[in-house]
Amino acid sequence: MDRVKRTLTPYLLVLPGGLWLLLFFAVPMATMLSLSLQEGDIVNGFVFTGHWQNYVDSISAYQTQLIRSLVYGAITSVVLIVLAFPVAYWIAFYGGRKKATYLFLILLPFFVSFVLRTISWRMLLTDDGVLLHPLKEAGLLPADFQVLGTATAVIAGLVYSFLPFMVLPIYVALERIDPRVVEAARDLYASPLTSFRKVIFPLALPGVFAGVLMTFVPATSDYVNSELLGSSETTMIGQVIQSQFLSNSDYPSASALSFTLMTVLLIGVFSYARALGTEDVMKVAAR
Amino acid sequence: MRLRIGGDRLLHVYTWILIAWLVLPIAVMILFGFNDPQGRYNQTWQGFTLKWYGEVFALEALTDALVVSLLVAVATALIAGALGTGIGYALGRWQFRGAGALNLLMFAAIASPELVMGSSLLSLFVSLGAPLGPVSITIAHVMFSVSFVAVVVRARVVTLDRSLEEAAADLGASGWTTFWKVIFPIILPAILSGVMLAFALSIDDFVITNFTAGTTQTFPLWIWGSTRVGLPPQVNVMGTMIFAGGVLLAVLSNVRSRPRRKTA
Amino acid sequence: MFQSNKPDPSLLRGMTRSRLGRRDALRLGGLSAMGAFLAACGVEGKGKPQASMAPDAVAKFWADKTQNGKLNFAGWPLYMDPKKPELKKFTQKTGIQVTYDEVIQEMAPWFAKVQPQLSAGQSIGYDVMVITNSSQFGQFRDSGFLAPLDHAKLPNYAANAAKSYASSSYDPGNVFSIPYASGITGIAYDPAKIKEPITKLSDLWNPKYKGKVGMFRDLQELGNFGLLAAGIDPAKSTEADWQKAAAELKKQKDAGIVRNYYDQSYVDALGKGEVWITMAWSGDVFQKNVSDGTNFKFVIPEDGATIWTDNMAIPVTAENPVDAIMLMDFLYELENATTLAEYINYVCPVPAAQAQMKKHAAALTGEDKAYLLSVAESPLVFPGEAEYDRLHYYVDFNTAEEKKDFERVFQPIVLG
Repeated sequence: MDRVKRTLTPYLLVLPGGLWLLLFFAVPMATMLSLSLQEGDIVNGFVFTGHWQNYVDSISAYQTQLIRSLVYGAITSVVLIVLAFPVAYWIAFYGGRKKATYLFLILLPFFVSFVLRTISWRMLLTDDGVLLHPLKEAGLLPADFQVLGTATAVIAGLVYSFLPFMVLPIYVALERIDPRVVEAARDLYASPLTSFRKVIFPLALPGVFAGVLMTFVPATSDYVNSELLGSSETTMIGQVIQSQFLSNSDYPSASALSFTLMTVLLIGVFSYARALGTEDVMKVAAR
Repeated sequence: MRLRIGGDRLLHVYTWILIAWLVLPIAVMILFGFNDPQGRYNQTWQGFTLKWYGEVFALEALTDALVVSLLVAVATALIAGALGTGIGYALGRWQFRGAGALNLLMFAAIASPELVMGSSLLSLFVSLGAPLGPVSITIAHVMFSVSFVAVVVRARVVTLDRSLEEAAADLGASGWTTFWKVIFPIILPAILSGVMLAFALSIDDFVITNFTAGTTQTFPLWIWGSTRVGLPPQVNVMGTMIFAGGVLLAVLSNVRSRPRRKTA
Repeated sequence: MFQSNKPDPSLLRGMTRSRLGRRDALRLGGLSAMGAFLAACGVEGKGKPQASMAPDAVAKFWADKTQNGKLNFAGWPLYMDPKKPELKKFTQKTGIQVTYDEVIQEMAPWFAKVQPQLSAGQSIGYDVMVITNSSQFGQFRDSGFLAPLDHAKLPNYAANAAKSYASSSYDPGNVFSIPYASGITGIAYDPAKIKEPITKLSDLWNPKYKGKVGMFRDLQELGNFGLLAAGIDPAKSTEADWQKAAAELKKQKDAGIVRNYYDQSYVDALGKGEVWITMAWSGDVFQKNVSDGTNFKFVIPEDGATIWTDNMAIPVTAENPVDAIMLMDFLYELENATTLAEYINYVCPVPAAQAQMKKHAAALTGEDKAYLLSVAESPLVFPGEAEYDRLHYYVDFNTAEEKKDFERVFQPIVLG
């Protein structure tokens, strides 16, 4: 009796949460897959016809935005590594007793709504805003100078939004490095550069991978930054999907795009995760 | 060697520059909560005032949105906390068939773009003809936060010393008593941080909520809607208050948990 | 390609081969069950031909409805004095509390937002909403989402509204809606940045304003301007014309002239200097100037602009329809229609308001008097023949297929 109970316990514990994930994560994906193969319109309803053409049509119409988003996502990740690594490095090795405080400062933006932060940027950088207006008045900038509406503005916004997600995992990886390993390298007459290149960086790589994982996906599929900071030249796939769903009610084509985006991203993520083990990624993700 | 020392100075300065950059828009948000704009566009500095702090709840629709956000976040924290603890505890404590599949499902839920999760939930709801509102928002929020709670709890459970349980059993405690008297107090901090994480994820969520809210307004949705027509200073004030509250809570809980960590 | 409900067996084989082990394949066996599921979860439409509306629909809808002392109004930004004097008067007179939310900023997202709730028979939280006579009006109407109005409850409307509205193409006989205001889509610009006068549609294509031109995101609005710029009357356009218009718009976009495609946020962008010249709705600019002290200008381009009507309608699932229809009629009392038009500067559906407005002006002095007189004489509030000659109606779609084709032509421009 007791044995049966014991073997059942984990299932009972897992059941409600697992069911929730199944019903509201897995099943919706199937619904969306179904929708992406349907035909019709919102007034008369959509019918499943196995209409693969939805994929062909929507991808050919919006491949520019899809590719642009992947490019923006990739640039964002690279810039993030470059910006975040030195900070994580400094905190991990020189933060001393104030490590926690520095990490906390890095996390401060999370106490403000994501939308509100992006709006603040827009307000700062807008064409006649607090930063540019005085400069234009003083004749230091031409009247038609703009920061917003450019790819740079959108990527800068993405970098800003996801910076803590890159600093933390790199920090965690660096923190784990035994200082004696670094010392040993130095004892073997490795120059600081060599010991960084041959010892520290390789050991930090899992953190970098985890950071990429946690930033590339949300950056690529983001639509808030490009909506608020971009222009019609910077439209990302997230905006397309969003407006096909929430503006045009063109569910089939939106679903097809959404499914395509997810497939592309998940293939990337899972191949990443395989190189690294999902356990590690999840641990880092949980922080 | 000298170069290396110069190096950390440089890195120190760089770290502070980066922190300044991270904090800049927050400062702007706080500052413009004290602005006294003439029209409905709060975008240029027109003088200092405290009046928005007095009138913070003057905009009924905004206040309602904030209340909805808080209610949804509390419900999410409780439900996701309970369900996530179940998963996390089971995964950390037992090896069982299906654990791998569950891990995969959780990983997929964490890794999937919010946009895709939101839109797929909308697909489900419209296919079922299900109503949209606070309930559908909560369902969505629990869905994306339950995995995070589970991961946090599991991380703690894995490190539990099994001999504690055995000792309790030797003293004649039943499995149920052992859990509540011995295990639960030890993993409680992890559960609480999971619950807080779920709360934080829920109250800030925009993308998934936007798909599952129907006409219901939450705080981020209301802000999004009114950016197009001028954001009232009350939004800055509420943002400032949430920011201050969150920071205070984090600092307090950090101070309180410190001595405990030493004894553990 | 397959027509049946089940996924193609070769697809399943492809999915289960090599990359996945046998046990995974067994797990995926559930997929064939999923095939049936996939097919089962079609989205049911709510469309039914309008003719099928039962003759007793009005009586049936209103039979069990009572006054509840409150109502929620879904409006647009810049569409009522922020102090809401008309609503306050209404509350004073009837005791009904009105919550006014500026939740609608563009028609398509509004329809998409409320569609799932309405088709689930759920209240959308609003008892009256202001919807434009664009293609989404047809979607609301044909989906059966609008309550049939009981004209016995609309005496002021019958007495004061311009008679032409009853013969509109989108809601003949005002079965489901009565106008809130009409407006003109034209051009607004900032004279501080643009020194020369703006007179023509082609000014929106002027490379001098590269990166500072705003266009509308609404596909009908955008398409209309493309058509007018190509010299085509939108109401008589064909699919070939749409392609021509799209080509014009594409040229404008590819030359980097367009800053962005906006919804209601174009006013904000104009205020922030992000755009210097933009497509605009006629009354917004006046209200913006009044409330923010700006000095923007609005023009009806010589070579044409569009006119549209925003209508008050009651969603079928409204919780307080009686209160809602009382407010709708209240806004047609001469005095209320007048003060509303005085503030919003949109085309007033009550012709007698012009005389009333002049009466109001006579009671004032100085600048205020001059301003109100200018509103009363404004062709944007009370358009005359000369204006109507330049104004065009929206493209009318006979079928859902046509609407879809139109969207396919113009959507890629906005989302480029």
